[in-house]
Amino acid sequence: MNKTLYGKLVFELSKPGRVGYSLPNDANPAHTTSELPPHLRRAAAPRLPECDELTVVRHYTNLSHNNFGVNDGFYPLGSCTMKYNPVIDEEIAANKTIAGMHPLQPVETCQGALAIYYDLQRMLAELTGMAEVTLNPCAGAHGELTGLMVIRRHHEAQGQTSRTKMLIPDSAHGTNPASAAVCGLEVVEVRSLPDGTVDVGHLRQLLDDLGPQVAGMMMTNPNTLGIFEPRITDIADMVHAAGGLMYYDGANLNALLGECRPGDMGFDVCHINLHKTFATPHGGGGPGSGPVGVRLGLEACLPKPRVRACKLPESDDLFFQVDDLADDSTLGSIGAFFGNYGVMLKAFAYMLTLGADNIKHVGPLATLNANYVKQRLCDDYLLPIAGLCKHECVFDGLRDKSTGVTTLDIAKRLLDYGYHAPTIYFPLLFHEALMIEPTESESRETLDAFIDIMHRIAEEARQDPQLVKTAPHTTPIGRVDDVLAAKHPILTYWQALKA
Amino acid sequence: MAKFEEGLRYSESHEYVRLDGDYAYVGISDYAQHALGNIVYVDMPEVDDEVTAGEEFGAVESVKAASDLIAPVSGTVVEVNEALEDQPELINQDAFATWIIKVQLADPSELDALMDAKAYEAHCAE
Repeated sequence: MNKTLYGKLVFELSKPGRVGYSLPNDANPAHTTSELPPHLRRAAAPRLPECDELTVVRHYTNLSHNNFGVNDGFYPLGSCTMKYNPVIDEEIAANKTIAGMHPLQPVETCQGALAIYYDLQRMLAELTGMAEVTLNPCAGAHGELTGLMVIRRHHEAQGQTSRTKMLIPDSAHGTNPASAAVCGLEVVEVRSLPDGTVDVGHLRQLLDDLGPQVAGMMMTNPNTLGIFEPRITDIADMVHAAGGLMYYDGANLNALLGECRPGDMGFDVCHINLHKTFATPHGGGGPGSGPVGVRLGLEACLPKPRVRACKLPESDDLFFQVDDLADDSTLGSIGAFFGNYGVMLKAFAYMLTLGADNIKHVGPLATLNANYVKQRLCDDYLLPIAGLCKHECVFDGLRDKSTGVTTLDIAKRLLDYGYHAPTIYFPLLFHEALMIEPTESESRETLDAFIDIMHRIAEEARQDPQLVKTAPHTTPIGRVDDVLAAKHPILTYWQALKA
Repeated sequence: MAKFEEGLRYSESHEYVRLDGDYAYVGISDYAQHALGNIVYVDMPEVDDEVTAGEEFGAVESVKAASDLIAPVSGTVVEVNEALEDQPELINQDAFATWIIKVQLADPSELDALMDAKAYEAHCAE
C-alpha cells in the first residue's frame, strides 16, 4: 500500500487530459447532447477528476483498507445487531438462475422463486406469531411506515378517524416517532421508570386522557436498554381496551428468536429487520428489507402485490399466484414490485441453514454473550440497571468519574486496539451511555479479548488519562472535531479549496 | 460541576426561568448543557409565537443528541436570542447568562409549579 501517494483525494491525483479509456470519434447526433433543450445542457464541463484507470483502482483499494466491517473484527455496535453474514447466503443470492429473473415475467416461469417468497412469508409469520406477512417494504423504517399505515387504514375502515395519536416510550429508537410523524400521526411520549421499562401508571393516565384519539402504541421489546418489558401483556390489554393497536418494532427480535413471539405478547402489527435478525448485510444505504406481519383481521390492509398459494386440482402441488388487485382495503403499492428479493433470499437461506431447531438458539446465545460481557465489565464500568439483560447491555461510562475520561474517549481508544466502537450516548436515559451488543455469532475467545481491552482502557484512564482522551492514535485520521464538522461542514473538494 | 443559580425557577426538563416583571427569560440549565455536551444548533421559535407550558417550543442539538425544549411557562414570545444562530456554544460557556427566548407571561401562577434552585439540584441528583 502506498497511502502517501494513493491515499490522497482523487481530485489531488487528477492530471488534466488524463483518461482511463478512449472512445471513438462519434458523429452520430443521437449520441451527443445536441438534441437536449438548451436549459438542460451544462454551460461548462463538470469538474471531475482526470485519472488513469490504475491510479483510480489503487486510490479506491487504499481507501477500502480504511474500512472496518464485521468481516474485519468485533463490531459490538449496540442496537444495530451487527451479526455475521454467512457466505452461503451470499452465494445463493448471487446465483444467476435467480438473480437474472425479472419481476414481470409470467408466473408459470418463476414458480420456484414465488415458492421461496411464499415460504418466507409463512416462516416469518410463524416466528413472529402473526397471521400474514408482507415482504414488500424495502427497509426497516419502510416497514415501520407500512405497519403504521396498516393501523391507520384499519381505524379509518372502522370509521374511527379521530384515532391519530401514537404512544411511544421515551426510550424508543428515533425511527419510531419519525415513522409515526411521516404517517401523519401525532406522537405522545410515554415515560420510562428508572429501570428503563414503561411507566404503566403514566400510560394509564395518557390512555384515559386521550381516549378515542389513541391509534396505538409502538414498542421495542426487549427495549433499547436490552430489558424485557415484564408487563407487556398488561400494557397490550390496556391499549386494546382503549381501542388502540399494538405495534412491535422488530429491531430487537434477535434477542427473542425462538423463545417468544410478538404475536403472543399481544402485538397486532410488527416489522422485522432482516439484516438484524436474519443476518442479511446492513445495506449502508443499499437494499434492505423490512417485512411486516399482522394478526388475523388486519391482513386485508396489507400492501399489494401479495404472493398466494393455491392447490392444483388432482395433485398435492401448490401453484403460486401474484395478487395485484386494487381493492378497497389494501394500502396498494408501497414500492417497486415485490421488494428486495435478493435480501429475502439471504434471510431464507439463513433460516434453512439453521433449521427450526437451531434457530431457537439464536436468542439465548445472543443473551448469554451480552450478559457475559456485562458481568465481566461491571467492575470497571458503571452498570446503571442491575439484573439480567437480553441481547445488549448498557453502561453509564466508567465507574470512576474522577479521571475525566468519557464514553466518547473510550470508544475512540477502542479503535486503536482494532475494535469497532460500541454505540455511545444512546439511549438518552443516561449521560454516558455505552451500549454493547456482541450478537450470538461471537466466540468466547473474541469476547474475552474484547473484555481484556476494555479493562486495559479503564486502567489507562486511571494511569494516563491523556492517552485515552487524545485517542485514536493509530487510525488514518485522529480525533475528529465533531463541533467544527457540525457547524461548518465542508462537503466538497472545491469548497475545501476556498476555505 | 454543574452550577445551580439561586433566584431562578426550574422545570423537570431542565429549562430555567428568570423573571423580569411580566416577562420571563427562558434558557436551559447549566446541568443540561453539561449533559448535552458541545451544542451545535439551537432551533428557536419566532417572535409573536405562542408557547404553552409543558409543550415543545424548539430544540437544542449537541454532538451527542438532539433534545426538545419544553416551555416551562405559557405566553407570547417577544424576543429570541439571535446570537445563538451563529454562536450556539454561548450556552456551553454560560447557560444562565444565555437565555433562549423572552416570553410575556400569560399566567404568572404557573411559576409556582416550577422548582427553586435547591429543589432542582435535588432533582438532578436523583
